[in-house]
Amino acid sequence: MFEKILIANRGEIALRIQRACRELGIKTVAVHSEADAEAKYVKLADESVCIGPPPSAQSYLNIPAIISAAEVTDAEAIHPGYGFLAENADFAERVEKSGFVFIGPKADTIRMMGDKVSAKAAMKKAGIACVPGGEGALPDAPEEIVKIARATGYPVIIKAAGGGGGRGMRIVHTEAALLNAASMTRAEAQAAFGNPVVYLEKYLENPRHIEIQVLADRFRNAIYLGDRDCSMQRRHQKIIEEAPAPDLPLRARVRVGERCAEACRKIGYEGAGTFEFLYDNGEFYFIEMNTRLQVEHPITEMITGIDIVQTQIRIAAGERLAIKQRDIVLKGHAIECRINAEDPYRFTPSPGRITSWHVPGGPGIRVDSHVYNNYFVPPNYDSLIGKLIAYGDTREQAIARMSIALSEAVVEGIQTNLPLHIELMQDAAFLRGGTSIHYLEQKLAKSAKAE
Amino acid sequence: MDLRKLKKLIDLVEESGIAELEITEGEEKVRISRSGTSAAVNASVTPAGPVPQVVAPAVPAAALAPAAAGGPEAAASDGHVLKSPMVGTFYRAPSPGAKPFVEVGQTVSEGDTVCIIEAMKLLNEIEADRSGKIKAILVENGQPVEYGHALMMIG
Repeated sequence: MFEKILIANRGEIALRIQRACRELGIKTVAVHSEADAEAKYVKLADESVCIGPPPSAQSYLNIPAIISAAEVTDAEAIHPGYGFLAENADFAERVEKSGFVFIGPKADTIRMMGDKVSAKAAMKKAGIACVPGGEGALPDAPEEIVKIARATGYPVIIKAAGGGGGRGMRIVHTEAALLNAASMTRAEAQAAFGNPVVYLEKYLENPRHIEIQVLADRFRNAIYLGDRDCSMQRRHQKIIEEAPAPDLPLRARVRVGERCAEACRKIGYEGAGTFEFLYDNGEFYFIEMNTRLQVEHPITEMITGIDIVQTQIRIAAGERLAIKQRDIVLKGHAIECRINAEDPYRFTPSPGRITSWHVPGGPGIRVDSHVYNNYFVPPNYDSLIGKLIAYGDTREQAIARMSIALSEAVVEGIQTNLPLHIELMQDAAFLRGGTSIHYLEQKLAKSAKAE
Repeated sequence: MDLRKLKKLIDLVEESGIAELEITEGEEKVRISRSGTSAAVNASVTPAGPVPQVVAPAVPAAALAPAAAGGPEAAASDGHVLKSPMVGTFYRAPSPGAKPFVEVGQTVSEGDTVCIIEAMKLLNEIEADRSGKIKAILVENGQPVEYGHALMMIG
């Protein structure tokens, strides 16, 4: 087991990783930008290293600074968290080449899954159905593009191979708009990801976003930890997640879960990962795989009793998975509300000093947040300041507990999306369950019109 | 009393020009004094537990004398702090055993290499960001430094 791990991230996930390390008796090194010098986990770490000024590019994305920090502190392994360099294959490679263990899959795996075209090809080979569409990269010839779109059937969506997470995509409803859409998406992809390759898929009108959490060790043991429904999104950003996904036939869950575990064995996946699907008309269609820990991992931890971060560390340390698939029992229901420092309805960011912070508690309530009274939310990073998780024996109980917890939570000094969460916990469609990925935006658009 | 705190106190005595400083904290006591005309600054610590004797780096009389004459109000901030632009290990010389790039009291021009920071097996030359005299070297040879770490004082 490692004696010292460097946490190459910030905010709530840095604290989460630190907690997992401390429980395992592992010393932590917190790297931070100048803006995060007063962070809770920095103060609690055994060692801390300032790696740069506030801008991410010069700090949390600064590979030499992070590896250097590992060198001067004699860390053994580096946990990349999520975002930043977590899915950067070059970083994973350089970490390993510099003599440290990267807590995650091999660089080649990250690279393969990072390219959305090769990821789909690998999944198809592993027997996992993908969203129907063109095979591989979209060709340049206009007649070819038109042919592929016709065969797929409108509406279609053009996506950047180097994108993911909702970035670099364009929906096309008619053939007239097709060729322009293709060239614009290519140009944007080149600018944003340095890779102009795009691919075309059928645009599913009302799918749900359902994902499968997997864990795989270095010995080709792989298990799935059930599913999550993350359909409550705005601009491809998840706002509420729940586990398990409501109203899914058991056989469909088991089948897709087993296929994902089998795919892990086939591709030699190591660590924690998530297979993302669009669930439409009773069918699962693979869209992409996240080769890292996810923001919403706590809800899976609540219904399985498994500490995913600790398991990541154990896998990276060369241990075999201690649990078998038959040991995984899903119990109860968990919901997570992402608390963002933003205007609840205009979504403009709201950094600044939190003058009053009171977190709820009680049975089934878990709060994952690095924030404290008088904490200054820096303007340089994303707006996530914490995650409120509610667990219950049933979905109804989880929702009831979440509503109570939301009513107890106090955040003053900055704006947060707590009011939006309070509203959503009472939303009829949410209470029924099974809303599509477009539901929230449609609801927000309706309220905006009504004003 | 930890080394970081001790270092800060030593810097304080050097910068402010006070002759002697004694601080008692619980069971620990520190006395830092400038010994007469000699340039050395001595610090002695009477601790509750075992703490190493600290002797501050030698500072030339020229730098200290005007400050000492002026008293505590004189020239508190008489130098610009050169901060580390990266994470790594600080070295005073281009290679082990070689002559250090600079010594305290040496005059440097903006752009002169004053030290090396080693990061990821690469030796990075750190340049003086202004011209002046090296008033103090604030880190030890071989010490790990972080971004923004105070390396030297140039005045």
